[in-house]
Amino acid sequence: MTEREPRDPNDPVLPAVEEVREAELRGVEAGLGEVFEVPIGPIHPAMKEPIRLTFRVRGERIVGVEIRTGFAHRGIEFMGMRQGRNLIQVLYLSERICGICSVSHPIAFTQAVERAAGIEVPPRAQYIRVIISELERIHSHLLWAGVAAHELGFDTLLHLTWRVREKVLDILEELTGNRIDYAIPIFGGVRRDITPEQYPKVWEAIRYYRGLLEQLLDAFLRDPTVEARTRGVGVLEPKEAEELCAVGPTARASGLRKDVRQDRPYLAYPDFEVKAITPADYGLTPIGDVYDKIVVRLLEVGQSLDIIEKALMNMPEGEITSFPKIPALLAYLKKAEGEGLGWHEAPRGEVIHYVRLVSGDESLLVWKVKAPTYSNLLSWYPMFEDQEIADIPIIAACIDPCICCMDRVYVVRDGREETWTKEQLLKLSWEKTRRLRR
Amino acid sequence: MILKTLVAQLLSRPATNRFPAKYMPKSVTRFLARVREGRAQIHPPVPVPPKFRGKIAYDREKCIGCQLCIRVCPAKVIEFKPEVKKIRMYVARCTFCAQCVDACPVNALSLSPEFLLASTDRLSSELIVE
Ligand code: SF4
Ligand code: SF4
Repeated sequence: MTEREPRDPNDPVLPAVEEVREAELRGVEAGLGEVFEVPIGPIHPAMKEPIRLTFRVRGERIVGVEIRTGFAHRGIEFMGMRQGRNLIQVLYLSERICGICSVSHPIAFTQAVERAAGIEVPPRAQYIRVIISELERIHSHLLWAGVAAHELGFDTLLHLTWRVREKVLDILEELTGNRIDYAIPIFGGVRRDITPEQYPKVWEAIRYYRGLLEQLLDAFLRDPTVEARTRGVGVLEPKEAEELCAVGPTARASGLRKDVRQDRPYLAYPDFEVKAITPADYGLTPIGDVYDKIVVRLLEVGQSLDIIEKALMNMPEGEITSFPKIPALLAYLKKAEGEGLGWHEAPRGEVIHYVRLVSGDESLLVWKVKAPTYSNLLSWYPMFEDQEIADIPIIAACIDPCICCMDRVYVVRDGREETWTKEQLLKLSWEKTRRLRR
Repeated sequence: MILKTLVAQLLSRPATNRFPAKYMPKSVTRFLARVREGRAQIHPPVPVPPKFRGKIAYDREKCIGCQLCIRVCPAKVIEFKPEVKKIRMYVARCTFCAQCVDACPVNALSLSPEFLLASTDRLSSELIVE
């Protein structure tokens, strides 16, 4: 295991490429040894996602990394904008941005559209949305914990965690009709109610996880193997997390109390007074390594259980949607005009959807999605610094990356990649805004 | 936790549901052929919950040909047959969102618990509902 030296506060968090190269050359002159390039990817390095990581290594040590994305840009936003799809059809497209956050994206998207069109969501629907999204958080965090164990080479723990995860998937299937892709939110409410017969099943699941959580924490955090592989590995210092705009558990593991549910509460979240969880809540001093990320994610499972419990107890009665008839909803959305922003704390961090509607058009004029990994990707640079090659998979996996969800376009012309400068991008965005104003 | 689970697992029955046959047949295709002939029986899969979203079932008699389901379907599963004013659904494309079920004004569409839809031919008769 290698400990990275604390960063000099005057150093930039992301040094320029030339500086890194110069430092490498100085190292070679000082007899530290040659630097080699190790390309990993673009077909699933560590996790099953298309991204290429080019490491510069000296011996076993990583001295630099280059991240290249753009292998699987699916153009979902484009498909949703003026391609002959109405908003209800786009809703299911948004659900398919991410298979794991398959309720987070629709929640952010419906909120954006509801703000743009001025639609109210009945309280009961808000509670149901919260319950489903917290159940999703449990399943996602357990999935990640299993993947992390797998990346450490501890497959027993992987199977143990995933076996435990089955229960929450069963509950989601019971409540929504499917294990993944729940199809629950719709503009103005939710599509399925939680019936009286279903409450006991959810309560049973909560009890099941309450009993297991302590054991899970024990299996992960008091295991010498896990500790040896994760303590001091992939450190993201608080300052780095702040400067690189990390979100979600990645930022919280570094000790930042940052959570959209706490900072800008939406839906029914004000009722639950969510507090961002950091390793300090477990009596540890946050250092931002992989171990801390495990701590945060497992504690958040407990937090989600609290929220679901509270939601079930205080569930308001009433309607579950303000538009029970689909034709009325379609007609209303066609007339709506305006722009809206929707946000949600997905299991991986903050997800943001921006939409713009014009009246007389069933489709969206603009749709912009920012998935959490987009904000977290840059934290890889400091995390990989000075680490060993063997730790690449777990460091790559520790931000819980979802590459396809955040992928952006790469411009390749005549077989060469094009780099766009800040000025060019700014100009492009002005042009687009002008075009849209018209 | 690991040791405890290990011991518990050793002493308990396997959690796997043996599907489609209790004991591995020599040839799966031959086994399935026998099932089709009615000479063998499939070991049933784990039951699905009541709200499960499976293959869409269509009640031709109820349908009034309003085409609302076509408007909301995100996967363009549904095709209108203007001559009879009824619909045809290509289940191979369906994403099982059940939006068409919610949209239909006369409840002509419903969800069946059927999920065994694997086929080598997207246009096979089992995968077209009309
Ligand atoms: S379930 Fe969804 S995808 Fe399938 S036919 Fe109905 S609306 Fe279309
Ligand atoms: S919405 Fe119902 S009634 Fe209308 S065409 Fe579809 S199935 Fe028929």
